[in-house]
Amino acid sequence: MVEYAVKAVENGGTAVGIRCKDGVVLAVEKIITSKLLKPGANKRIATVDRHVGIVSAGLVPDGRHFVSRARDEASSWRSTYKGPIPTSAIANRLGGYVQAYTLYSSVRPFGVTAIVGGWDTEAELPVDGQVGNGPKSGSGGKVEGAKAGGPGLYMIEPSGLYWGYYGAATGKGRQAAKAELEKLDLSSGNLSLADGVKEAARIIYVAHEDSKDKEFELEMTWISSVDGPTKGRHEEVPKEILEEAEKAAKRALEGDDEEEEDKGEGEQMEE
Amino acid sequence: MNHFPEAWGRPRNDVYGAYDHSYLQTSGPKAHTSSPAVTGTSVVGVKFNGGVAIATDNLASYGSLARFSDVKRLRNFGDKAMVGFGGDVSDMQYLDRLLDSMDIKENYSHHGNMLNAKNLHTYLAKVFYKRRSEFNPLWNHVLVAGFDGQGEPFLSSADLLGTTFSAPHLATGFGAHLAVPILRRKFPEGTPLEQVSKEDAVEALKECLKVLFYRDARSADKYSIAVITKDGIDLKEDEQIQGQSWAFAERIRGYGAQTA
Repeated sequence: MVEYAVKAVENGGTAVGIRCKDGVVLAVEKIITSKLLKPGANKRIATVDRHVGIVSAGLVPDGRHFVSRARDEASSWRSTYKGPIPTSAIANRLGGYVQAYTLYSSVRPFGVTAIVGGWDTEAELPVDGQVGNGPKSGSGGKVEGAKAGGPGLYMIEPSGLYWGYYGAATGKGRQAAKAELEKLDLSSGNLSLADGVKEAARIIYVAHEDSKDKEFELEMTWISSVDGPTKGRHEEVPKEILEEAEKAAKRALEGDDEEEEDKGEGEQMEE
Repeated sequence: MNHFPEAWGRPRNDVYGAYDHSYLQTSGPKAHTSSPAVTGTSVVGVKFNGGVAIATDNLASYGSLARFSDVKRLRNFGDKAMVGFGGDVSDMQYLDRLLDSMDIKENYSHHGNMLNAKNLHTYLAKVFYKRRSEFNPLWNHVLVAGFDGQGEPFLSSADLLGTTFSAPHLATGFGAHLAVPILRRKFPEGTPLEQVSKEDAVEALKECLKVLFYRDARSADKYSIAVITKDGIDLKEDEQIQGQSWAFAERIRGYGAQTA
C-alpha cells in the first residue's frame, strides 16, 4: 500500500524547501489544470501556528488533512507547554501520525510527501499569558548569552519516515530539483534567506523543464529569524520579491540554453 | 464507643458540645470563583482624532498588598487592537491565551487576521456573558481599543456580567469614579473627535493616572500606555508618573501620625 501512495506523490507538482542560515524557504510548482481557476487563489502552502509552514506533493485533500492535524498538534502543544511547538517536535508528531495510517486495514496511507519548515525563535519569548517579568535581581536560573532556536526543515514520507534536511524536494521534478539543491553546498550554512528565495524559484523552474508544455504558477513562502523580514513568522514571500526571483529564474534558464547552444556550435567547429 | 466513623478523632459531643459549623463550613456551594484573588485596578482610555489611547498602571494587588509591580495589563491582539484588563489577573491570563489562540487561527486564512477591535469587543462581551450565565464569571472589566469596520476609532468596555458600554472616553474600576469626571471636564459632551488631538488624549490619560495614584490605594506610579493609530500600536510598558505633588496631603486630617 505504501508503495502506491509513493506513486501518487511522484506525480504531484514539485515542492522544495531550503534551510538557509537565517530562515527557511518553501516553494511549490502549481500546474494550472484549468484556465477557469483564479490565478493566485487555491494556496498549497499552509501555515501552522505562527512559525511553521507545510507544503506537500501528492493528493491535495490528503495534504489538507495533514495540515489540519499539524494545527491541532501545534495548538495542543501550546495548551500544554504555553509556548510555540519546536519544528523538530511537530515533525516527530506528524511522522507518528502518518505511520499509524500504515498499520490498519481500515485506512489507507497518506498520499502525500510533506515538507515541514519552521523557525524556532532565538529570542526569549514570554510564556503564553505571562503577565510580568519577575524580579530584576537574582539569577532565576537563566544562562546568559546561551544560544537557542534556528531553522528547521523536515520531509515526511507516506511510510511515516522523516528526516531533517538542508534542502528537500518532492513531487514530479524531485530528481532535477535534488541535483540542483546538492550544488548549493547548503551544509556549510552560508546561504542567506534572500539568496535562498532566488534559488528556490530557479529550482522550481529547472524542475519544470521536463513538463514544459504545461503552464504553472510558483507559490513561495518564507520564515526568517526574529530580526529578519518576517520576524520569525511564516508568511508569503512579498509579490515584488517573488516576481524578481521569477525573473531571475527565467533569465538563468535562458542563459543555460544559450550556453548549451554555443557549446554545440563550438564542438561542430572543431570537427 | 461511638460507632460512627465520621465522629472518630473529633472532640466528643457529650463532653465539648456539638461542633459549631459557623466556624468552618464543610458543606454548601463552592464560592472560589465569585471573588477575585490577585487584581489589577483602573484602565483608562480616550479616543482622539485618528486613533485611541489607553493606559493602566503596572500593579497587581493581592487584596490590599501591592504584590506584583511589573504586570502588563495592556495586551495587544494581532497588530490591530489593544485590550486593557482590570480585575482578576488569572482570568486575564486565561483571556490572553484565548485571544492568542484566536489570533493564530485567524491567521490561517490567506487574508490574515481580519478581526478589528469592534469584532474583538463583541466576542469578549459574549464570553463574559456566557461565563456569568454559568455562574462561573471571568472577574474582569476590560476596555477594548482600536478601529471598527469603517476604520473609525473604537473604544468600548465589557464587564464580568457581559455588560457593554461605549463612550469617547472610558475608565474601569476606581477610575470610573475618579477619572471619568476629569475626562468629561476636559472633553465636554458633544466635543467633535476632530478637536481632540493625540497629544491632548495622552496628556489627559497621564493626568488621570496621576490623580488615581493620589487617591486609589490599589494603584502604582509605574504605568503602561498604548497609542493606537492607523500606523500601528505604540506601546510603552515602563513609564513613571511625572510631576507628583503631595502638598495637598498636608491638609488632610484624621489619619497617620498627626497629633491635631
